[in-house]
Amino acid sequence: MYTEFVGIALTFGLAILLAIPFGKFIAQTFSGEKTFADPFFNPFEKIIFSVSGIDPTREMNWKQQLKAMLGLNFLWFGLCYLVLLCQGFLPLNPDGNPSMSPDLAFNTAISFVVNCNLQHYSGESGLSYFGQLLLMFLQFVSAATGIAAAATVFNAMKERTTQTLGNFYNYFVKSCTRVLLPLAVVIAIFLAFNGTPMTFDGKDKITTLQGDSVEVSRGPAAAFVSIKHLGTNGGGFFGANSAHPLENPNYFTNCVELWAQLIIPFSMIFALGFYLKRKKIAYVIFGVMTIGFLLLVIPTVVSEINGNPALSKMGISQTGAMEGKEVRFGAPMTGFWSIATTVISTGSVNGMHDSTMPVSGAMQLLAMMVNAFYGGCGVGFLNFYIFIILAVFISGLMVGRTPEFLGKKIEAREVKIAAFIAILHPLLILSGTALAAHFAASDTEMGYWLDGKASGWLNNPGAHGFSEMLYENTSSAANNGSGFEGLADNNPFWNILTGILLWLGRFIPIIGPVAIAGLLAKKKFIPESSGTLKTDTTIFGIMVFAVIAIIAALSFFPALALGPLAEYFS
Amino acid sequence: MNNKNNLFERDQLKVAFKQAFVKLNPAVMVKNPVMFTVEIGTSIMAFVCGAILLGHQGEGSFLYNFIVFLILLSTLLFANFAEAIAEARGKAQADSLRRTREETLAKKVLSDGKIEEVNSSFLKKGDHFFCEAGDVIPMDGEIIEGLATIDESAITGESAPVIREAGGDKSSVTGGTKVLSDRIKVLVTSEPGESFLDKMIALVEGASRQKTPNEIALTILLAAFTLIFIIVCVTLKPFADYAQTPITIAAFISLFVCLIPTTIGGLLSAIGIAGMDRALRANVITKSGKAVETAGDIDVLLLDKTGTITIGNRKATNFYPAQGVSFHDFVEAAVLSSLSDDTPEGKSIVELANQMNTDIGLDVSELTSRISESIKFTAETRTSGVILKDGTDIRKGAQDAARNIAKHAGNDFPIATSDKVTTISANGGTPLVVIKNGKVQGVIELQDIIKTGMKERFERLRKMGVKTVMVTGDNPLTAKFIAEKAGVDDFIAEAKPEDKMNYIKNEQLQGKLVAMMGDGTNDAPALAQADVGVAMNSGTQAAKEAGNMVDLDNDPTKLIEIVEIGKQLLMTRGTLTTFSIANDVAKYFAIVPALFITAIPALQGLNIMGLHSPESAILSAVIFNAVIIPLLIPLALKGVAYKPIGASAILKRNLLIYGLGGIIVPFIGIKLIDLAVGIFV
Repeated sequence: MYTEFVGIALTFGLAILLAIPFGKFIAQTFSGEKTFADPFFNPFEKIIFSVSGIDPTREMNWKQQLKAMLGLNFLWFGLCYLVLLCQGFLPLNPDGNPSMSPDLAFNTAISFVVNCNLQHYSGESGLSYFGQLLLMFLQFVSAATGIAAAATVFNAMKERTTQTLGNFYNYFVKSCTRVLLPLAVVIAIFLAFNGTPMTFDGKDKITTLQGDSVEVSRGPAAAFVSIKHLGTNGGGFFGANSAHPLENPNYFTNCVELWAQLIIPFSMIFALGFYLKRKKIAYVIFGVMTIGFLLLVIPTVVSEINGNPALSKMGISQTGAMEGKEVRFGAPMTGFWSIATTVISTGSVNGMHDSTMPVSGAMQLLAMMVNAFYGGCGVGFLNFYIFIILAVFISGLMVGRTPEFLGKKIEAREVKIAAFIAILHPLLILSGTALAAHFAASDTEMGYWLDGKASGWLNNPGAHGFSEMLYENTSSAANNGSGFEGLADNNPFWNILTGILLWLGRFIPIIGPVAIAGLLAKKKFIPESSGTLKTDTTIFGIMVFAVIAIIAALSFFPALALGPLAEYFS
Repeated sequence: MNNKNNLFERDQLKVAFKQAFVKLNPAVMVKNPVMFTVEIGTSIMAFVCGAILLGHQGEGSFLYNFIVFLILLSTLLFANFAEAIAEARGKAQADSLRRTREETLAKKVLSDGKIEEVNSSFLKKGDHFFCEAGDVIPMDGEIIEGLATIDESAITGESAPVIREAGGDKSSVTGGTKVLSDRIKVLVTSEPGESFLDKMIALVEGASRQKTPNEIALTILLAAFTLIFIIVCVTLKPFADYAQTPITIAAFISLFVCLIPTTIGGLLSAIGIAGMDRALRANVITKSGKAVETAGDIDVLLLDKTGTITIGNRKATNFYPAQGVSFHDFVEAAVLSSLSDDTPEGKSIVELANQMNTDIGLDVSELTSRISESIKFTAETRTSGVILKDGTDIRKGAQDAARNIAKHAGNDFPIATSDKVTTISANGGTPLVVIKNGKVQGVIELQDIIKTGMKERFERLRKMGVKTVMVTGDNPLTAKFIAEKAGVDDFIAEAKPEDKMNYIKNEQLQGKLVAMMGDGTNDAPALAQADVGVAMNSGTQAAKEAGNMVDLDNDPTKLIEIVEIGKQLLMTRGTLTTFSIANDVAKYFAIVPALFITAIPALQGLNIMGLHSPESAILSAVIFNAVIIPLLIPLALKGVAYKPIGASAILKRNLLIYGLGGIIVPFIGIKLIDLAVGIFV
């Protein structure tokens, strides 16, 4: 048990420690400063820019940036959709896996484009290697989209008045080449050495000790698993995701994979501090996020260690709640991972979230409902930015001054956008869940949408079933991608419903912060005076935390009460 | 002027009570999205009550539903009452000003030159009227002939009469003030009903009250909160269906009304009106609510030196005799030269000598008897003085004038005295040289006297984050000395009107908000350029038109008060918003378990307040939600106290009081109400 905690502490600590220099590197990359890495990357990037005809020095305003971002993403969605529909006939399909159904292809394409990777299929039987490779590419570009959008907002937060915010393609390409690729290569090699397959051959046949012959799926998994964590994607190569022994062979690889999903979200926060030359603001943001994270982690780990009270009542002794967990990771690590993966929008799992204790389930849900503690690559900060704007507005009024954030006045237009984004998340989750709950409650015959009646998608009745539906919608709207896995979700109803939630839950929360930042950047810069509210103080951090807790968390209180809380008190 | 700070007066309460019902009109309510949704909820409850009376089942007892309906209705009435009482107070304040001008007779000058007595309300812009001693001035206007002493106490509360005369910067008169002496001819400068006061009254009455930018932004945020809770409540229906937990309409609406920010929603407009009312109580008329709000954001404050920072007149502070002249002789000469000098400077010399009387034994009345002829100051000689009966010629004047006289008489100008003159100038003082029969006797030092308490006020402004700038016609050396002594942050020396303008523009270019006060016509462009321009009521019409506030007291330090009123206004909105939202935590814990407990008994664990029954829990929450509005009306009207302790410290303080307090108070309140309700249920 003791070593398990050491593993958690070391991984977490190392992620923070390395995020600071890496954050500095990211800041230098986006501000165009010279770095030690320039000689390696410049020629490589030059080729990309000249082949694609991009002029990385062409300045764009915020609207042009968003157009570029949306254009790229639509293109990939179209491409991916077509490939998944036809993968059965395309090359690199040694296992002869079939093409996807239109609704599953729709869901899968969206979910990889939006950095969610909900995966209503199982990689072993549902995807060809060609499909897997394309999805791996998307795991890069979707993460880079988030990082590039954050870079745009960083640029807008500088102390000056400007229309233009740099070049989106430049940010985007550099996010891939300088931030994601180098780390991905290192981690992939590490995983390959630890037993994760990296091959284009088909299934392997082995004979077990009992003498049975078993077919084992493999493929170019090491590369896939590496970027799935770095890019906070979470889309597993195999159906069981990081609980699969080939995807996550041992405790050590588990720590590395955990570290890989923490490093970029952490670094982005520190990068903000270096970029603006206001380190304190980064520390405050990081502090608020960390406190939020720990408040979710601690109850989870404690409840997982304590084990299942129902089993204890039966007089069975347990080392933590081990149902649905891998023995090689143990209860605390799985509990910690489950919060890390939901707080950060990775959504990769190394155990069944469906089998975790009700408190853990509530915490996992809450982590995705808040969706602003660390968060996904780039977008985590963007979500947090919305809460900063709201907190600045309310606390600005509280100190008797028209609210300002980093020298820019927050006025009706910015509040309107921020409020809209803050509403969107509960709107998507609650309305999606309401729709599903409505059908399940009346047990409607679903026709095209589902074979049979609506209750057919539930594996568990009552409160737990409700949690499953709530979880699926939350995971989609938060672009997380983890599943409670109790739900029968590969059917037109869930594929299309979650597909829509994914799309809206991804792009609107990117458009909003970029628009606010763009509008603020255009405004007159007001130098700080002693009457100005400082945003890099502990007290402001507390304010932001309170805003998050009350706006983001409380609106889900009734839903949580009917799901995991009802289970917990039972 | 009624400056009493009684929050509620009987007749105002009566008016407000009536208005609370009048304002239920949905066409009026729709302007306030938060309260409008409450009104919709209330009407639904009325329908539910009706349906139960007609025999509808499944919504609980009629009594319970009816009580919920009544509480929701009173929530609305309380909110309307808050707005109405704020309006009534502002109106009463304005009326007491307006009353003084109603039914006054005006001596209107007809086109043929005859004078006709008409009611003041018949005067139009461009008309002329006469006013004599004892008359009340019927309308705002500008003196075009004559001079008069005027009692402005009806407006300013200041009993000392002031002089107003044609031409110059002191030509404007305000309706309602009284002429004490002389006769003036006045040009009416505003249409009836369009004077500043009338505009102000209209603002307070809400007829032309526009929402300020911050108010608009806050309304959007509150509307967003309302929307979130609409989503929460609407989606709860299928959730409850799934959990097989029927929820009554009363419970749905109660949950909704409790969660939306009704406290701030109900008090928002009252806070805005009260802000303008507070400005009026400080004797400042604002042309818009926005100006008050902007005042809270001011970064730079331009103040005239004379009359604002210093008491306006220089005062003698020291006598420095020249070599070979005794102190007694010099003071005697100085006093003699000033006895017939009526200027404040001259008087202050005699005053200072009198204070020293006991030390040097001067008899002023004896000295007066020695004078045969007094010589007035002229631009040519630039000296003034006396010729005594014995023929002695005593003069005083600036150094260069004195030097000329000495030179003519063939005398040297002593070097020690010359040095003294330089020192005095360097220290911001004005040196006056006294010459007796062409011989230099010594120097009198005159100093600007800085008003008491100014240093502390500037310190307070600095803590608020406001930079103070002194504007003066003095040379840079003098200006610097006074600026340091008074504790202002910057100064503009040898200022011409365009310098003020340029300074303002420059600061604004850097993104700062500038406030200034002015009275003269030549201040008008700068007043218009400044973000907050406060014109003195004694100033010219042009200045008053250009500024966005008028200070009835003509008190140049009033800006400090205005800045605080502006800050208070924003703070009150911010803190009550925080309080309102923080309240939700407790309300959730009261209502959510109550909704589900019958179907899922396990959720009793969420009932951390241990409320009596689901019905009493819901009733307690809505009662608390309703009652908190009238309880906070005094705070909304008076405003949250502002202390210049730095932004972070204020945030900490307000977050502790209104944030943490906002979380804790409803837990206690709801529990107490539940205990009381539990007795009946």
